[in-house]
Amino acid sequence: MSQSPASLPFIDGLRDAAGLRLPGSGLAWLDAARRENLEAFIAAGLPDTRTEAWKYTALRALGQRRFALGDAAAASHSIDTHALKLPGVDGPRLVFVNGVFRADLSRLETLPPGLTLQPLSQALESDPEPLRFALSRHYRETGDAFARLNAALAGDGTVLRVAAGARIAKPVHICFVGTAAQGDVAWHVRNVIELGEGAKLDLIEHHLSSAPHKHLGTLASDIVLQNGAQLQHVLLQNAGEDSSLIRRGSLHLGARSQAALHVLELGGALVRHDLHAELRGDEARLDTRGVFVLRGRQHIDTQLSIRHQALNTASESIWRGVADERSRGVFRGAIVVAEGADGADASLSNKNLLLSALAEIDTKPELEIYADEVKAAHGATVGQLDERALFYLRSRGLPQAEARALLTAAFCRAVFATLPNETLRDHFSDALLAHLP
Amino acid sequence: MLKIENLHARVEGKDILKGLSLTVNPGEVHAIMGPNGAGKSTLGNVLSGRDGYEVTEGSVIFEGRDLLALEPEERAAAGVFLAFQYPVEIPGVNNTYFLRAALNAQRKQRGEPELDSMQFLKLVREKLKIMQISDELLHRAVNEGFSGGEKKRNEIFQMAVLEPKLAILDETDSGLDIDALKQVAQGVNALRSAERSFLMITHYQRLLDYVEPDFVHVLADGRIVESGDKTLALKLEEHGYAWLSEANA
Repeated sequence: MSQSPASLPFIDGLRDAAGLRLPGSGLAWLDAARRENLEAFIAAGLPDTRTEAWKYTALRALGQRRFALGDAAAASHSIDTHALKLPGVDGPRLVFVNGVFRADLSRLETLPPGLTLQPLSQALESDPEPLRFALSRHYRETGDAFARLNAALAGDGTVLRVAAGARIAKPVHICFVGTAAQGDVAWHVRNVIELGEGAKLDLIEHHLSSAPHKHLGTLASDIVLQNGAQLQHVLLQNAGEDSSLIRRGSLHLGARSQAALHVLELGGALVRHDLHAELRGDEARLDTRGVFVLRGRQHIDTQLSIRHQALNTASESIWRGVADERSRGVFRGAIVVAEGADGADASLSNKNLLLSALAEIDTKPELEIYADEVKAAHGATVGQLDERALFYLRSRGLPQAEARALLTAAFCRAVFATLPNETLRDHFSDALLAHLP
Repeated sequence: MLKIENLHARVEGKDILKGLSLTVNPGEVHAIMGPNGAGKSTLGNVLSGRDGYEVTEGSVIFEGRDLLALEPEERAAAGVFLAFQYPVEIPGVNNTYFLRAALNAQRKQRGEPELDSMQFLKLVREKLKIMQISDELLHRAVNEGFSGGEKKRNEIFQMAVLEPKLAILDETDSGLDIDALKQVAQGVNALRSAERSFLMITHYQRLLDYVEPDFVHVLADGRIVESGDKTLALKLEEHGYAWLSEANA
């Protein structure tokens, strides 16, 4: 069920979308996929809270807003490149401003052997055929509204391939910068990432803001790991405080492949993060670690879905949430061990900290097991700072705010402990402390 | 240094301290003894500023300042230290990091320059030597997984690093075996000086065998009912607290 779509300013703003000229327009299969997804989105509208996947995230306010179909000036906004830098990260870099690729801010000149990296807008012009499978998808679930919208309107993004056996030493840094434009813009980005057999890649996805804005960004990533591939994926989300960001990741793991995801969510007013992971090959392993730290009236909804589909697969997920002031956090972690996925080892822990009586956190771990000899554990808690610990720190001289920050950072530490890059780990810790009110 | 006058305090609506008066001069070691429920721990908590303790009457002047008007962290910076009866475990916070943050927070409040990590390390090494404890404690999270004895020794070690003017030891001897008790006492004795005063709150006399007090006070029903020198403690040990109620009857 949905809000009556046609009357919504959000939907009305898409009136001219069908005639939009996007990179790749003119490719019959792409035109068809975009058109069908757009029609499906407009017909169904935005999901309401009766849709299970959107139970705790109301989109009424978003539905009342009208967004421009793109930012015509995205190629010319001036961006401070210092803000894009992360300590110790100096490899290939791809930068998007309000959803549009910026060659002038990117670093693609000298790519290591085995790495193919280009913006989707260019790949669609030069060699679209390999993208056909990924970009022809149709999304049928009611909760998939933004996946449809993204499939209909994404004209840019990242195409990244690592050749079989290639081990890429320096992390690939992908920046999404939001900046002020004429009015509120909706941008849509699509990433297609594939690691060949035995390939190895470090990937940093970085969202940040250059000037205050209220844009909506949607981001859909398809990541495929062939047998034995290894991926370290770090997500640092520090988007503009009034912006909305809807991310959807799909991750397929082949036999003996390993993926580790570390997420730090700090920014955005309305943020939704869906991750659908499928452990498709025997002995595949997925580690996810994430933390959100919310203040003001921020709303962040994380939805994790992990499917074990092969023999002796393993997944370990550790997520933390911190909500202060009037913010709201939502976490749903669903693990499915499918029939035949014997010997799976799955665990999920979600602990949350409320720093204010007006903040709210909803957490829902789910476990479905249809296989034998499975080890599975899951748990979720919502609590407050330990008053005794707070007094202990203050009695030693730490002012109240500092004592609270120290305890909050300690609470989140389990999430970063496994991050191999120590410099980045410190940066995460600093960014987290800086975000606390 | 410390002047407590006619202190009344209540916890959860119940009067615990009922007119306690006590003066501590620089360099003095005072022992506060008394039966369970007399208000010994309440005194320590009121002096260090824990929430939930309501002072209804009386005053506490520390070095010329109204101690009760200060936040716990301000009291710490002014030189008051409480060694907890039950030190709190703080997972995820490294002991060294915590201690340096605490020391620098105090120094900052006092307008003194903060110590960098080299200066701090040097200070810590000196204190470890005085306390005769291994640096292994430093690398762990604050009190996490520490034995009872390790926790108490960690309290004394923190005291050594923070160098307070007034140290309040709240039942620091409780739960310790004789070896741990000796180690803790040795640490306390090493920190005694002409400028530093101690308030030792204890139920038993045995700590006083190792840390010799200048004064012994008996706290009963929220008031000091008897004061004397160390021989008072021995008398209590021999006759028990019941002797006092008879003597006062």
